[in-house]
Amino acid sequence: MLNQGRIDLLERMPPLKRVLKARAFQPAMMLLTLAVFTLAILAGLAGTPAGNRNFGIVFVWIVWWALLIAVLVPFFGRLWCTVCPIPAPGEWLQRRAIVQRRPGRLWTRGLRWPRRLKNIWLQNLGFLGVALFSTIILTRPNVSAWVLLSFLLAGVVLSALYRNRVFCRYVCPVGGFIGLYSMLAPVELRVADPDVCVAHKTKDCLTGNEFGYGCPWMTYPGSLQRNAACGLCFECLKTCPKNNIVLNLRAPGGDLLVADERRLDEAYKAFIMLGCALLYSAVLLGPWGWLKAWANMHTLPHWGLYALGFVVLNLAILPGTFGAAVWLARRIARQPQPLRRLIVDYAYALIPLGLAAWIAFTFGFVLVNGSYALAALSDPFGWGWDLFGTASTPWTPLGESVLPFLQVGVLTAGLLFALHTTYKIARQNSAQHRAAFLATLPISGFAVLITLGFLRLYLG
Amino acid sequence: MTRHVTRPRLIAASFGLLALVIFAVPPGSATPPVERRVEIDATQFEFAPGRIVVNRGDHVTIHLTASDVVHGFYLDGYGFEQRVEPGVAQELAFVADRAGKFRYRCAVPCGPLHPFMIGELVVNANTPYWRAIGVVFSAAAGMLIFLWQAGKTESLEENTHETQPRF
Repeated sequence: MLNQGRIDLLERMPPLKRVLKARAFQPAMMLLTLAVFTLAILAGLAGTPAGNRNFGIVFVWIVWWALLIAVLVPFFGRLWCTVCPIPAPGEWLQRRAIVQRRPGRLWTRGLRWPRRLKNIWLQNLGFLGVALFSTIILTRPNVSAWVLLSFLLAGVVLSALYRNRVFCRYVCPVGGFIGLYSMLAPVELRVADPDVCVAHKTKDCLTGNEFGYGCPWMTYPGSLQRNAACGLCFECLKTCPKNNIVLNLRAPGGDLLVADERRLDEAYKAFIMLGCALLYSAVLLGPWGWLKAWANMHTLPHWGLYALGFVVLNLAILPGTFGAAVWLARRIARQPQPLRRLIVDYAYALIPLGLAAWIAFTFGFVLVNGSYALAALSDPFGWGWDLFGTASTPWTPLGESVLPFLQVGVLTAGLLFALHTTYKIARQNSAQHRAAFLATLPISGFAVLITLGFLRLYLG
Repeated sequence: MTRHVTRPRLIAASFGLLALVIFAVPPGSATPPVERRVEIDATQFEFAPGRIVVNRGDHVTIHLTASDVVHGFYLDGYGFEQRVEPGVAQELAFVADRAGKFRYRCAVPCGPLHPFMIGELVVNANTPYWRAIGVVFSAAAGMLIFLWQAGKTESLEENTHETQPRF
């Protein structure tokens, strides 16, 4: 029943299963991305300060970002986490091995991660922190490099102190939103039959065995209902002696309807992501020079005002307005649940709209600036090299005529997905269809207003 | 049975409404075309003015200056590009024959925020914008109608199922 209406890709494609079960697969991919990551850091530290000529800026904030937000997350969920280089050095140190399963305990102090931090609040704060300085980080190669290096060091330090991937699960600012939006992906790792896991005493997926490590994400696959906390490392696929792990193709967004795992920290992540997409669109793609100057720390008091506005919009205005819509929904639909519970529940309907907004924003600068990648590939440091003969490629904006259509299409799809999810959530909270539909209306109004806000910025 | 018949019809009706909105809004503007001269000054990292509004068919002449370093001017949709150095003004003339919002961007790297040095030319009537609003409203309305109808059918089916005797 659990996997009804789903297609097990591992069963359909045995070569894929062989690749994912191979111990060398993940480290090989990580070594590859670590090489690119290292080049990005080196280019940032030693290369030209002109962002558009520096590999560190162009490949991280244009190429990688576009790939992540427009392809990997919407279609493959946490697949980036499978190959992400950031936790690699820490994890390899912890295991004292790269490919083979080394027997014995992990090399770490083995401290207990505080119960209070077993959520994504740190990731929310981390993302807000990075977002506040994003105008600087996105445009200064050396600052960008130090930020990337600090992520890498945080991964190593936390691996030395705590077991497994505490950094990925609870700290990484990027991992937080990938987890949130991975719930929309049409791919999921689950178990074929949860009863098999219940009956299985040794729980190799948690403890590990000669074929692999216990889940580095500290997730028990047997009770996995959502993508958010599964990093797709496929250790459980290697360790499961019952051959009970499946990789399903499914209808997107089913995780949003898992009512018993909804939490305030994830709801806030949805608000923060939506708010940041709106603010980035205004600051970076808008025509207001004074706003760019404030965000660019032209003067400290101006940046202070900008930061205050940024935080207040993300943490108070957007959630507050949404809360007012939910209050209205609760009132007209006479829903008995506490208002806070309903705000958390309905916030999950903003997840598809948020992802759509990020994709629309990303189209807005990636298509126009994508041609910088060719020059940066041939001359990553901006030192006058021409490795592949593309160093002199002129800036060539692409797709500016189709850009509005792409943005409107993506935003409309996100809105429709959001409205559909709102009704489904309302149905979980109302016994009657009519009440659920009435509850859907104010929240739909909120989602439509947000969408109109984006249209105003992009086309108005 | 009703469910299988109603849903496709509703979806078709919603998309029909969408198509109507997309194509029914008349393009063009009722205002007769005029000559417009616009002075734009480029400095790190903004154009002043950041937003220009003209009507479709207007003959636009842009007098372009740079006040600090070398900048460029690239107009999306119209595709022309001009380099401008401090102290040497440039002029660009064109007919605003395409309606919509078009960004003008700095085309010569001028500092850290260069990729985000952007201004906006709005050519009224901004039909793409109004059509997009129409698309959003009709899509949302279509989805709400669909949810109402599909939910009602589902409820009816559930009620029927519950009232049937169980063997």
